[in-house]
Amino acid sequence: MISDSNVVGVLYLVAIVCFIFALRFLSSPRHARKGNWVGGAGMLVAIVTTLLLDGIGNWTLIVVGGVIGSAVGVIGARTVRMTAMPQMVALFNGVGGGAAALVALSEFHAMSGVLTGDEAVSTSLSALIGAISFTGSIVAFAKLQELIGGRPITFPGQNVFNSAILLGGVGIAVAIVANVEGQWAIWTLLALASVFGVMFVLPIGGADMPVVIALLNAFTGLAASATGFVLGSTVLIVSGMLVGASGTLLTLLMAKAMNRSVGNVLFGAFGQVQAGAGSSMRTDDGRTVRATTPDDVAVQLSYARKVVVVPGYGMAVAQAQHDVRQLAELLEEKGVDVQYAIHPVAGRMPGHMNVLLAEANVPYDQLKEMDEINSEFPQTDVALVIGANDVTNPAARSDTSSPIYGMPILDVDKAQSVIVMKRSMKPGFAGIDNELYLEPQTTMLFGDAKESVVKLLGAVKTT
Amino acid sequence: MSDISLVIEITVLVLAIFLGFEVISKVPTMLHTPLMSGTNFIHGIVIVGAIIVLGHADDTLLKVVGFIAMVLATANVVGGWFVTDRMLEMFKRRPEPRKGEDKK
Repeated sequence: MISDSNVVGVLYLVAIVCFIFALRFLSSPRHARKGNWVGGAGMLVAIVTTLLLDGIGNWTLIVVGGVIGSAVGVIGARTVRMTAMPQMVALFNGVGGGAAALVALSEFHAMSGVLTGDEAVSTSLSALIGAISFTGSIVAFAKLQELIGGRPITFPGQNVFNSAILLGGVGIAVAIVANVEGQWAIWTLLALASVFGVMFVLPIGGADMPVVIALLNAFTGLAASATGFVLGSTVLIVSGMLVGASGTLLTLLMAKAMNRSVGNVLFGAFGQVQAGAGSSMRTDDGRTVRATTPDDVAVQLSYARKVVVVPGYGMAVAQAQHDVRQLAELLEEKGVDVQYAIHPVAGRMPGHMNVLLAEANVPYDQLKEMDEINSEFPQTDVALVIGANDVTNPAARSDTSSPIYGMPILDVDKAQSVIVMKRSMKPGFAGIDNELYLEPQTTMLFGDAKESVVKLLGAVKTT
Repeated sequence: MSDISLVIEITVLVLAIFLGFEVISKVPTMLHTPLMSGTNFIHGIVIVGAIIVLGHADDTLLKVVGFIAMVLATANVVGGWFVTDRMLEMFKRRPEPRKGEDKK
């Protein structure tokens, strides 16, 4: 047993330093994996130190709980498919938030009557944020897993209703701080926060999920940090805040990549079918959509010097990443320069496309970020758009009436020719038409992304 | 639980905010998903809270709540770590240019 609080403090400091190194190592894919091991070591130190604290009992419960949790964690982490990663990240956000809320509940119960002012503040915050993160993440998980529809779920007066619930929760929190210590208070707080978590994620559409997941990530970190104040534990305060900072930064980056404010993403219920602006294809000027065949595309690709692949959520849904990689390798053998253009919000979470392509063994130095690749499109012979839509829409640059006006896009339309693989002419998530499809250099290859790529593979082999 | 004062705790918190932004802003976009799952793992540190709460639980309600917290937090820590490891393992550089002889 460790009874010297200085020793405990130093051991927790070791854990904190390990976490910081884990994050620092993430600045390059070369060392990142090592960093995760360092972080793991830090966690081990923190856990063992805590187990050795004076007065810890209930060993059976601790061990049984730990074994069950580990089993669930290992099995979940080992079996999840890489395409299901956004759901998995959402789920782990949720369990972390839930654990923080429950710790706050326990502390409130155990300390009732002797809760000081600042403990009351942090207990309420931890319960509030933790519960929002828990139920919000569960809804995000359900949306990503397609247990419920990805489209925004809205009803009249939604924002008013949600605000009322949140205000109610905050009201209870204030009451707790003002020395209301009945058990009902914390339970009501948890209930209101849980309802709010559900209600605030429901109206957010699928393509806005990168922002939501990053935000829930930040929430869980903040909840853990607040728990640190409840327990007077610096390791929780610092680690939770590191996560909070990371989640906040990612949230802002994602919102910026869509040229929308975080508020607009959360409360705008974006992605309902837009009735107004730009909902009709302007085909009256004689431009039409031209369809093409895999054989034609194969010829175009085989004789190109430079091909840029633009993947989007459609590639993830069709699980076409392995076939795309094979196609790229085949083209490279023919001497074609192949690169991938990655838009920051392509997919359903930050960095989604990078992970999918990494899973398919695409070397990461072939993946180019938007700023890097945009200057290269004019020298590109063929831009191959696979299941991406809104991130290639030139209306974002030129059409001030477009809902996505101002969003940074991949300048696909500047390539010599553009091939768009798409299931149908249905508009993308933003519910607006893509003028790219009417450009003279654009041809469409309709069909499921995976089937189309497989056909292309066959056609390129025989070209 | 501890004798460090609130002001020191807040100081530590504010420094952690600055440190967090500093470190995270160096993470390339390519690694944003591993960053999310890596930070997922780190917020599993609530397991410390879960152990303390469960370890001191003395009535049924506290034991039940603490036990659930323990299960959730452990799943968070263990799952978060393994997912991150699996993901980072996949990020590879282009093999050195000795084309033709490498077969997959």
